[in-house]
Amino acid sequence: MLRRWRGTAAGLCCTLLLAAGCSAGAAAATGRYTGQSVEVVGSWTGAEQANFERVLRAFGDQTGARVRYTSGGSDLSVLVSSRLGSGNPPDVAMIPQPGVLAQYAASGAAKPVTGAVAAAVRANFSPQWQQLGTVGGQLYGVYFKAANKSVIWYRADAFAAAGVGPPATLDELTEVSQTLVDSGTPAMTVPGADGWPLTDWFENVYLQLAGPQRYDQLAAHELPWTDPTVVEALRTMGRYWAAPQFLQGGPKVALQTTFTRSVADVFGAKPTSAMLYEADFVTTEIAKLGVYRVGSEARHFAWPSLAGSGHMVVAGGDAAVAFTDRPVTMDLMAYLASPEAAAIMAGRGGFLSVNRNLDTAVYPDATTRELAETLLHAETLRFDLSDMTPRSFGGGNGASMWRLLQAYLAAPASDPAVVAARLEDAAAKAYGAA
Amino acid sequence: MGRTAKFSTAAWFLAPAVVIVAVLLVYPIGQTLWLSFHDAGGRTAVGTANYADILTTPQIRRALLNNAIWIVVAPNLVLAVGLLVAFLAQRVRGATAVRVVLFMPMAISLVSAGVAFRLVYDESPDRGALNAAVVTAHDAVRPPSRYHGARPRDERALVPAGGALQTAGTVTAGENVLLPLVGLAPQRLPAQARQAGTGGDGGAGVRGVVWSDFTAVGGRPGAVDTGERGLPDMAVEVIRDGAVVARTRTAADGTFSVPQLRGGGYVVRLAADNFTAPFAGLTWLGPALITPALIGAYVWIWAGFAMVLITAGLAGIPKETIEAARTDGAGDWQILRRVTVPMMRPVVVVILVTLTVNVLKVFDLVLVLAPESAQGSASVVALEMWRSSFDHIGRGSALGVLLLVLVLPGVLYNVHRLRRSEP
Repeated sequence: MLRRWRGTAAGLCCTLLLAAGCSAGAAAATGRYTGQSVEVVGSWTGAEQANFERVLRAFGDQTGARVRYTSGGSDLSVLVSSRLGSGNPPDVAMIPQPGVLAQYAASGAAKPVTGAVAAAVRANFSPQWQQLGTVGGQLYGVYFKAANKSVIWYRADAFAAAGVGPPATLDELTEVSQTLVDSGTPAMTVPGADGWPLTDWFENVYLQLAGPQRYDQLAAHELPWTDPTVVEALRTMGRYWAAPQFLQGGPKVALQTTFTRSVADVFGAKPTSAMLYEADFVTTEIAKLGVYRVGSEARHFAWPSLAGSGHMVVAGGDAAVAFTDRPVTMDLMAYLASPEAAAIMAGRGGFLSVNRNLDTAVYPDATTRELAETLLHAETLRFDLSDMTPRSFGGGNGASMWRLLQAYLAAPASDPAVVAARLEDAAAKAYGAA
Repeated sequence: MGRTAKFSTAAWFLAPAVVIVAVLLVYPIGQTLWLSFHDAGGRTAVGTANYADILTTPQIRRALLNNAIWIVVAPNLVLAVGLLVAFLAQRVRGATAVRVVLFMPMAISLVSAGVAFRLVYDESPDRGALNAAVVTAHDAVRPPSRYHGARPRDERALVPAGGALQTAGTVTAGENVLLPLVGLAPQRLPAQARQAGTGGDGGAGVRGVVWSDFTAVGGRPGAVDTGERGLPDMAVEVIRDGAVVARTRTAADGTFSVPQLRGGGYVVRLAADNFTAPFAGLTWLGPALITPALIGAYVWIWAGFAMVLITAGLAGIPKETIEAARTDGAGDWQILRRVTVPMMRPVVVVILVTLTVNVLKVFDLVLVLAPESAQGSASVVALEMWRSSFDHIGRGSALGVLLLVLVLPGVLYNVHRLRRSEP
């Protein structure tokens, strides 16, 4: 999941205040759509919101349309659903979950894109990313922003003090973790107070262990969660979590650690552990703390592979989805599919694009460029599995997969087959209802 | 002026209120009831399936149980604190200032209070005020050990024995016993720690060295390398046939020796006190303590409300009644029990009923204060309703109806009381 770590409070405030604020207007200019206004909703706040508003302003300057951005924070789907329910949908929503996108497409709320928009998407995105935005043969989503979720961040000073280098395989990761612990540094911080980082753990382990075909089957629930590969993936995770002192403070503390706190625990003024597994957007948080410099002091390595599994990447992304089919909406969709729009946001950092025609030189630093190129050139790329499941299973606060993985983290030595059986029960219910 | 004219005038005056009540109250309640008998999308009727579903889901039963705990504990606790403060505030100078301060939390929204209490309850003693206090108090009584978290380099040579570490085999006098430990960051070693001693050659008695056996590059496991420091002031026990025969402490270079011992069959043990894990405070926002922690925050917010009502009630008791009781020879305690409390009864009932209704609806505090990982344990009916509604409007509505039914007795009682007190 992409941005649920923003405090629930912030989300709530924005939802409540959306009439009053959380939006910005773009200056009207002369153009085709002078006097018309378009509304975009998304989950971004803070710096990301400001950067995205630059993109929208550029569109406004070109066309004369007034573009308004409303942030739904971590409860974006709540905002979109309630707006749809009241018959007042936003023109475009930036939706981070293909599962939710599919639900809107199926109910007819989302509008398919054709013509110029579809042409722009075909020209700028790889078939896989086109496919991710397609439901029932119709193109709905334009993946404006992407995330690389197969990356582990580490503190270079802690690795140097322990005399270790970045591991390439899971066995090496265990070995490195043990050496770090011997040197007196807990190996890993796991933000278990939020549920979504745990789903990301599972997805990476599962993709490496079971391969992309099974991954796709599991995402579509064609494979039950009781499958031996799922049990094995859970066991692998549990073994790591249960190892003494691998986890900063042990599972009990991990369950109290929120995402933002975890970044401070590893890259703050009083760092505790050496590694943090989370997606590329950690860089923004590290920069915000201002203690470790990304690229030299705070480095990363790709999620370790299992024996001969090759380079695999779990990705996330926000798709622009249209809820009205006015010409101005469709023009905005086409603009969001263009490399020009991506370049505006990419140049400001904290943003990855999978637009093939975007010149990667626009990224402000080498780390971001590398992460973006990994997404473009990965041998095997799969979208975040939990985001493809129904919301009540994998896609929001209180979702059953999140809760069950948290329960597993609380007792990582417990039987993974029992956890798998519980996941299957919950999945059966969620897929049945959807 | 006939009856009809009067009636139509009344109707005109009533009309706005009727419209408001109909649109804002009757219609939503009716709609919720209707939806509660329909499926996830609110289209197909499913009978009472939603109600059967919510009454059998373990998660919702948990929420009902939590609501029950809230109802029993929270209003009474608020009342008790309010009463206590109201009585005490009468006797201090600047009572008004005290009351204002105590009433202040009422002005804070539950969401802000939740954010503030997240800091109070934070797990880390460095950040959480409550755990900082608990840990400081604990450490004053039992200071933390110096070498907690250290582990033997070789877990077969040095085995755990009830918190202590001891040699797996026996040692003989004259032998240099190597006791390598790992897991201690360099900055955690005491300032007096020096390069670990090798023990030299010869020498009588049971002797050896305890040191931090970790070098980033080029260290040999189990051997004293240059740059590896000894662990000073470590309590060492020498055991023979299950009994401690000698106790000593390591020097600055980690060496120890008990020269008077001869022969073999000794076991060297590093005492458990060296490794006692530090007290890390309590997990206030974990599954076990989350509901008490939430109720604590709630009491902080609402105690002022109870206090103000009670203070007003106390002021309303006629002085003559109290004086009459005193003339009849009643003491302070008797006056409180036999005069004040019975006369305060209506106020107390109002507080309890209002809070019961309020507590049943508790939602925002739980949502904001409980971390995601504890929300399952902390859940209440209103929270479940909110969560369900976006996926399954039918189940959410059923929960809403359940909540309404639970609140209704309290509300009806309040209405009834209001009626009775009318002239």
